[in-house]
Amino acid sequence: MSIEARIASDQPDSFAFSKENEAEIKRILAKYPKGRQASAVMPLLDLAQRQHDNWIPMKAIELIAKKLDMAEIRVLEVATFYTMFNLKPVGKYFLQACTTTPCWLRGSDEMMRAIKDRYQISSGETSACGKFSLLEVECLGACVNAPILQVNDDFYEDLDYQSTGALLDSLEADAPLPVGSVLGRSGSEATTGATTLAAVKPKPAASGATKKRSQANA
Amino acid sequence: MPKLTVNDVEVEVEDGSTVLHACEAAGVEIPRFCYHDRLSIAGNCRMCLVDMERAPKPIAACAMPAGDGMVIRTDTDRVKKAREGVMEFLLINHPLDCPICDQGGECDLQDQAMGYGLDGSRFAENKRAVDNKHMGPLISTVMTRCIHCTRCVRFATEVAGVPELGAIGRGETMEITTYLEKTLASELSANVIDLCPVGALTSRPYAFTARPWELNKVETIDVMDALGSNIRVDARGAQVMRVLPRLNEDINEEWISDKTRYAIDGLRRQRLDKPYARGQNGRLHPVSWDEALKIVATALRKAKPNKIAAIAGNQVDVEAMYALKSLMTRLGSPNIDCRQDGAKIGGKRAGYLFNSTIAGIDDADAVLMIGSNPRIEAAVLNARIRRNWLASRLPIAVVGPKVDLTYNTEFLGENPAILGSLADGSHKFAAKLKKAKRPMIIIGMGALARADGAAILGKARQIAEACGVVTKEWNGFNVLHNAAARVGGLDLGFVPGRGGMDVAEMAKAAKAGKLDLVWLLGADELDFEPFAASFVIYQGHHGDKGAHHADLVLPGAAYTEKDGIYVNTEGRVQYASRAAFPPGDAREDWTIIRAVSGAVGKSIGFDTLAELREALCTEFPHFADADEIVPPKWTTFGGRAKLSAEPVGQAFDNFYMTCAISRASETMADCVRASAADSGAAVAAE
Repeated sequence: MSIEARIASDQPDSFAFSKENEAEIKRILAKYPKGRQASAVMPLLDLAQRQHDNWIPMKAIELIAKKLDMAEIRVLEVATFYTMFNLKPVGKYFLQACTTTPCWLRGSDEMMRAIKDRYQISSGETSACGKFSLLEVECLGACVNAPILQVNDDFYEDLDYQSTGALLDSLEADAPLPVGSVLGRSGSEATTGATTLAAVKPKPAASGATKKRSQANA
Repeated sequence: MPKLTVNDVEVEVEDGSTVLHACEAAGVEIPRFCYHDRLSIAGNCRMCLVDMERAPKPIAACAMPAGDGMVIRTDTDRVKKAREGVMEFLLINHPLDCPICDQGGECDLQDQAMGYGLDGSRFAENKRAVDNKHMGPLISTVMTRCIHCTRCVRFATEVAGVPELGAIGRGETMEITTYLEKTLASELSANVIDLCPVGALTSRPYAFTARPWELNKVETIDVMDALGSNIRVDARGAQVMRVLPRLNEDINEEWISDKTRYAIDGLRRQRLDKPYARGQNGRLHPVSWDEALKIVATALRKAKPNKIAAIAGNQVDVEAMYALKSLMTRLGSPNIDCRQDGAKIGGKRAGYLFNSTIAGIDDADAVLMIGSNPRIEAAVLNARIRRNWLASRLPIAVVGPKVDLTYNTEFLGENPAILGSLADGSHKFAAKLKKAKRPMIIIGMGALARADGAAILGKARQIAEACGVVTKEWNGFNVLHNAAARVGGLDLGFVPGRGGMDVAEMAKAAKAGKLDLVWLLGADELDFEPFAASFVIYQGHHGDKGAHHADLVLPGAAYTEKDGIYVNTEGRVQYASRAAFPPGDAREDWTIIRAVSGAVGKSIGFDTLAELREALCTEFPHFADADEIVPPKWTTFGGRAKLSAEPVGQAFDNFYMTCAISRASETMADCVRASAADSGAAVAAE
């Protein structure tokens, strides 16, 4: 896969950070000692991606290289190394499906099948409606609630064929389900409910109460 | 200094050494792909695994610092098995195309597979395939063969100073590429071909032309710049197929510039293979040697001794210059000059040598450059300055052209008047030079090859004396030449004798009709207009500018076609060797001059190269001391005239075409086009 195959063929002519992001960049750069500003490459790539419809154009890479006094190829190396950085446009809902061993054992194949059946897309593709992009990724670090589907910034957990369908329904209607476990379990406690400290009344479950960042981003 | 045991042999290595160094000190060869002496340590190929006592698993020798009391074993079954495992993984995605690979026969992977490869493959899946990358006209890529050692990436970033190569992607999709597949904008780019341990990066002009085992290899000296880089010329029959660097720690280490490596296809084009004379119709027509010698003899007899002149070019060997000087002396003419660019240097050796030596750059702690662009005038030397800068961030100031030298410089300006304020200490950089223990001045032909060159040289000497550039144990006053023949010519006094004319005066005399005959010994970089009325003899190897303006052409030999002596910019005498024979009727240059001397009846006293060298070394003993540098005595030199206000420039702008050979080279023309296209694209994009 050459560079051409990795980046969008249709690139914007220019890229500039918004005023708020410029202020944010200043704040980020202040964290690093002088001469070590290259360390800020990942936060800056992330800012660019968030500002630019969830993907990074080459002009942004060149701008970041200039800002951080790095060679352009060094920034591109980082941007192509991490699957979290998109170099091509993605749908409104960017689905990152974990298929690493624990998720796979807990039925990530079913989750993938649900997406594929509905939109006829496999990893790296965008649905015909343009709203959904799918990417198969390695461990998302939430194995206790496997399998996991990350929708933009939010984790949906404990998915199977049916619940994946329901989740996609809600996304199509732009009224996403509450994030977290679709089984409604709190954090990663057992599906059968708390087994210890049963006498202590838990505070209201975190799931569903978290801020809906995906919508804020979309 | 840590002491360790390698295979029961006790060795002591320098502080900061690695286990790999220790193994080499103990005489054990460690296989490696990613490790290279002159690059940073990557530790990613894992081929150098060795066993260390008390370590639970084998360690990478290249990345493990040598510690006191370590017990290393390289001959255990586990080591062999570990390396075999590494090799098997490397070969999983490496194509089995050695028969059609240019690296075949000199491939690290091929060689090490003999020691650690399995006889078959256990990999049943499809191998991966990678798109080839465009890296310009010099480097041919077959990226499927790449084993991701990242030597090329580290070379471009660290040594060449052009961080354009990188590894994109990860794991199985990792690929080496330049940013948006631009040509590598470096004068040293082709060294990545030598560094590549497999056939991923190979030489484009040399592609599919020869196999290493059918080439005749000759160790000799390069003449494309004044460094005298040590090279190996590989020839097949009469044809020079390629040029490779040869290790010389004091000069080029193991790098050479792209021009040194690739100008050689110019040796096959536009060659002068027989004598030519200008006929009645004003055109050059071939003549026999007998006729040619007759014409020279007649012309020389007709001319008045003080109206005869000789100019030596930039790539001439010492022997030819010595022979021509002897002939001119016998003819009674003092009009000889080896400085066709008009550089105002000569006389005392300290005034025209790179006194600190090239290796001395490593010790410098402040540099002042005057009218020099080492990046194009001596690319390999520039890499050495960059290495010092990377390690020590020494202050480097430039009086002259404002260019990107691959390291940070302090641009003082282009006005020669700055030199005055540096000499009297009023400029603030003078304080930095004074503070430095081993300051260095590098003065180039951009500052010396001009009317007030002598005055600039004098000012530079004043700066040197005022700022402590010359002390008892350190001489940092350096003249950087760009002509391989220059120092040799100055050493043997190929400069105007008593009452003689230099190049500018010759031109003036010729214009006034007061110069009967001028002999151009490989001199092509001249203004030929004034010499139109004189009888011009051109002796050289290419039908370049000089031959076009000649009335008589005597075909000589190029640098790969003769044994010759060259003296590099630091005053190091080096003996070059013949790798191929000159084409057609062309002859070695000193023999042509010897023949002419016979034809005019003014014998110059030697009939063989050995006799010539004996006479040369009797007159100038230092030519006998090959590869030795005798530090010259510091004396007064340079002029005191007023400096003009004309800005200080550089000697030339186009790195790729500086001599008759490189101008005839198609590869160099491709490089010029590619760099123009890339810079043009950059302008268009902005």
